[in-house]
Amino acid sequence: MPHAVSPESSQELPALNSEAEVLPDAPPTTSLDTDAQSSDVEEPESKQTNAAPAKLDELFDDDDDDEFSSSVQTRADDSSQPAPQAAPKAQYSEPETLRQFYQRLFPFRPLFQWLNHAASPQPDFQNREFAFVLPNDAYIRYQSFASADLFRKQCLQMTPTRFEIGPQYSMNPRERKTMRSASSFRPVMKELVFDIDMTDYDPIRTCCSGASICHKCWRFIVMAVKVVDGALREDFGFQHILWVYSGRRGAHAWISDKRAREMDDAKRKSIAGYLELLRGSEHGKKGLGIRRPLHPHIDRSLKILNPHFQTDVLADQDPWQSSEQAEKLLNLLPDKTLTAALQKKWDSAPNRSSNQKWADIDTVAEAGNLSTLTTKQLVDAKQDIRLEYTYPRLDAEVSKKLNHLLKSPFVIHPGTGRVCVPIDVRRLDDFDPFEVPTVTQLLQEIDDWDAKNASMSEEERAKVLDWQKTGLKPYVEYFRGHVATLLKEEGRGKREREEAGAGGDPMEF
Amino acid sequence: MLAVTTNPRIDPKKRAVLDPRKRQFAKAQWVEQEYAHRMNFYTTPPTGDISLEQFEEWGIARLKVLAELEACQFRNKPPAETEEYMRPVLEKHMRLSSTRSRSSETAMERKKDHYSHWSLRLAFSGTADLRQRFARLETQLFKLRLQHDDLAERRAFIDSLPMSWETVTAEEKNLWLDELKAATGFSSMRGDEESWFKVDWEMVPELVERRQVLLKRGKAYVHVREQQTMVVNEFSRRLEAGLELAARFLPRMDEDNRLAPILHHLSQSFVAPDAGYSESSSIGDMASINASSIDALSQHFPLCMLNLHRELRKDSHLKHYGRLQYTLFLKGIGLSLQECIVFWRKSFKLLTDEKFKSEYLYNIRHSYGDVGGDANKRGRGYTPYSCQKLLTEALPSGGQSHGCPYRTYSPDNLVALLQNVGINDRELLRGVREDVGKQRYHIACNRVFETTHKNEIKKVKDQSLWPASELDTILHPNTYFKRGFLLKNLGKVQSGDIGVDVPTQMSE
Ligand SMILES: [Zn+2]
Repeated sequence: MPHAVSPESSQELPALNSEAEVLPDAPPTTSLDTDAQSSDVEEPESKQTNAAPAKLDELFDDDDDDEFSSSVQTRADDSSQPAPQAAPKAQYSEPETLRQFYQRLFPFRPLFQWLNHAASPQPDFQNREFAFVLPNDAYIRYQSFASADLFRKQCLQMTPTRFEIGPQYSMNPRERKTMRSASSFRPVMKELVFDIDMTDYDPIRTCCSGASICHKCWRFIVMAVKVVDGALREDFGFQHILWVYSGRRGAHAWISDKRAREMDDAKRKSIAGYLELLRGSEHGKKGLGIRRPLHPHIDRSLKILNPHFQTDVLADQDPWQSSEQAEKLLNLLPDKTLTAALQKKWDSAPNRSSNQKWADIDTVAEAGNLSTLTTKQLVDAKQDIRLEYTYPRLDAEVSKKLNHLLKSPFVIHPGTGRVCVPIDVRRLDDFDPFEVPTVTQLLQEIDDWDAKNASMSEEERAKVLDWQKTGLKPYVEYFRGHVATLLKEEGRGKREREEAGAGGDPMEF
Repeated sequence: MLAVTTNPRIDPKKRAVLDPRKRQFAKAQWVEQEYAHRMNFYTTPPTGDISLEQFEEWGIARLKVLAELEACQFRNKPPAETEEYMRPVLEKHMRLSSTRSRSSETAMERKKDHYSHWSLRLAFSGTADLRQRFARLETQLFKLRLQHDDLAERRAFIDSLPMSWETVTAEEKNLWLDELKAATGFSSMRGDEESWFKVDWEMVPELVERRQVLLKRGKAYVHVREQQTMVVNEFSRRLEAGLELAARFLPRMDEDNRLAPILHHLSQSFVAPDAGYSESSSIGDMASINASSIDALSQHFPLCMLNLHRELRKDSHLKHYGRLQYTLFLKGIGLSLQECIVFWRKSFKLLTDEKFKSEYLYNIRHSYGDVGGDANKRGRGYTPYSCQKLLTEALPSGGQSHGCPYRTYSPDNLVALLQNVGINDRELLRGVREDVGKQRYHIACNRVFETTHKNEIKKVKDQSLWPASELDTILHPNTYFKRGFLLKNLGKVQSGDIGVDVPTQMSE
């Protein structure tokens, strides 16, 4: 059944029933590989996966899970813009569009270098797992490539709707079944990654929910990026951090520093724990149970977040406007006298804004309405509330595992058609997710440029690459700059290691 | 390891060669090491000479210590209790004096500590399970000892370690003082020393995860109170790596067939630590034991022997292995050969004298070393079986009732058996079920002993009647009997008679 899926029928999630039907599409591989590959075909939406070594749903980026169930309501609020959510499967998911994209626009070279950490292929890239999601929604794991060209070739052949990047393994992932001992196949290196997803903000955002976003709630992502980026640089000393728009409602971070890539699961878990403040079950409870005086990381984060709390939360989200909403705030204040007095005040003046209600807390408290709390404790409680409404909500599981796969930068988000472009953190406040180009726009821009420059000589025209004719240009250039810095550092590190290694004792073990 | 020196005192065939690298580095020089510190990171294998006997003896002593430590863990003893329990055990089996004590034994104690660690490291590197258990227990032992190290000596030991930490200078401290205090949860009320050091953050992932260090560009500023934990973590990390390494060399070690059986025995002993039998398990010098007193004494028997006794009374018969196990036990408690023959003759009341003589008598006499080859006679027959022997031998088949019931009975049948012999304490039975579920058979047995002798043990402890090492984990049925007998007869037996002593060496 599941051949040539027409765009209209995509909502039925056509599943791949027969492995044999995928194989003809697969690129030529070694004979041993044929068998291995067929069993790597997964159905991404299915929770019943047999062939994968780990729980698959834990390995995926969740961002796209409810891609096709997204008839999510946005609040009827004229200040809320339509989310970058697109019509039912559009042109951008068609294999031909994808093929054009991979052929003319996708930055394979810098992506290769970014994952390879050198100019010529080494195990960092060659033993790296890629997982493809094909147009028929088949999910193929353990793909690997000897070179950027071969990688590009397979993308052109298979036209994946997206692909994910996994770790470098101890051996070529395609050959993992040829080894007698499965235990020798293990992940050895991967970028440290973070995933911030807007859905985790549903309990506190009022403008949208689910897959939708608007400019107002995008601010939560901005706050999160600032805090996480600051900690990664200042506390952990990481320098090669790439932030990437996930294509719809979140952002990913990829940290390529050698020290970060080589971390085992325990160290990943420890960084995730260091950054994590709000764990799922603890939301909405009184107090976060954090130590005072505040740990310098929390203290710094709070300083970053305070202005956002005033503007993005109190003013724009207005989270405690209605009386039901105000109850949430009261629940976070651990003093019965205080909450009773506030309740009374707000009952008699029901139209007070969140900003006013926030100020009321101090006014009412100063009027002598504190029973159990000291003034200092009230300050702490208010800090906790500010953190609850601004502090990054990380999908920590993504960060904890060396073998977790994450969607590659520059692929197309299948729900929006937008390219997952890098975000320049130096100009984070300027980044507008609604201005990120879609693949259809980009292809049109090439045509437009060609038409406009029809008079140009053939020779002149050949100097301009297709991506340079489009809105993708600044993003690709930013990425190339990022990769160049990484490679430079990598080369320096390598030379130093070689020099140091020359004097070492080869007999030492 | 590698110990091929020309020490004339040790027969080359009996020299233990521990270092797996021996064959690769034939020219290295092996010298006696000096031990500047009481504590040891065991980074380098021993290089001196040691006889096979010593190799095994020291290994067994250390095993005893580790087994007691594990028993504390199985019984969920809190740290303070574990410490108290372990003090006499360590004193007896693996004493380590401080440098300050200027004890003449110091060098030998440290050598024993060093060598025994390495023998067990080799013995337990064979499987992932053993490696993990060994690393866990050694780390605990290390921690326990580190905590009790003399302050100045601990400082000197920690400073000697190859760890890359840097003291935070006064200048830096003044610059970051508030942040240092806030980050590390410094509390002057707790009397925290105002002192920090810094390391790469990867050295302290747990502290980072809990936000208990100050981080600056990849360096973690750690409060000195965490230093001990870090040393322990580093010890554990290195040991685990060392065990992995040893595992890879183990196949080569097997070529040394003189060492192989010892290593095998040591690793076997981890199932239930082995205890040899000693003559002093007999109560023959305190009470007269004869064929007719066994029924009365059976109240002090461990379940494995009580069960055989009950089966014998019920059927007037016992199968071969049960007879052997029981005869040796009876020999151990002090029943003479003559009385033993009387005991069996009376017990097998359905048999004719003639049949008894022709089919059973010889075996009883053989067990006592009364007949058989010279070796058997010299050794006065077989040694009473230890818990380890009972826990590792083949399971009994239909109609047989030898072995350890905690292991051979299903949990339900075991509980029924315990109830039949009068043990009804529900909490105790629940604990026993849990122990046997985890295959901790000897722990279940010790649990029963401790509960059924609770009051007596308390009295002994409160009044310091016995050295604490006399209340360690029971690993031999004869120890069970003697200790139980003495506890139930406190005051009746003169204090000088107390000699419940589990020897650390194989008596064979
Ligand atoms: Zn919104």
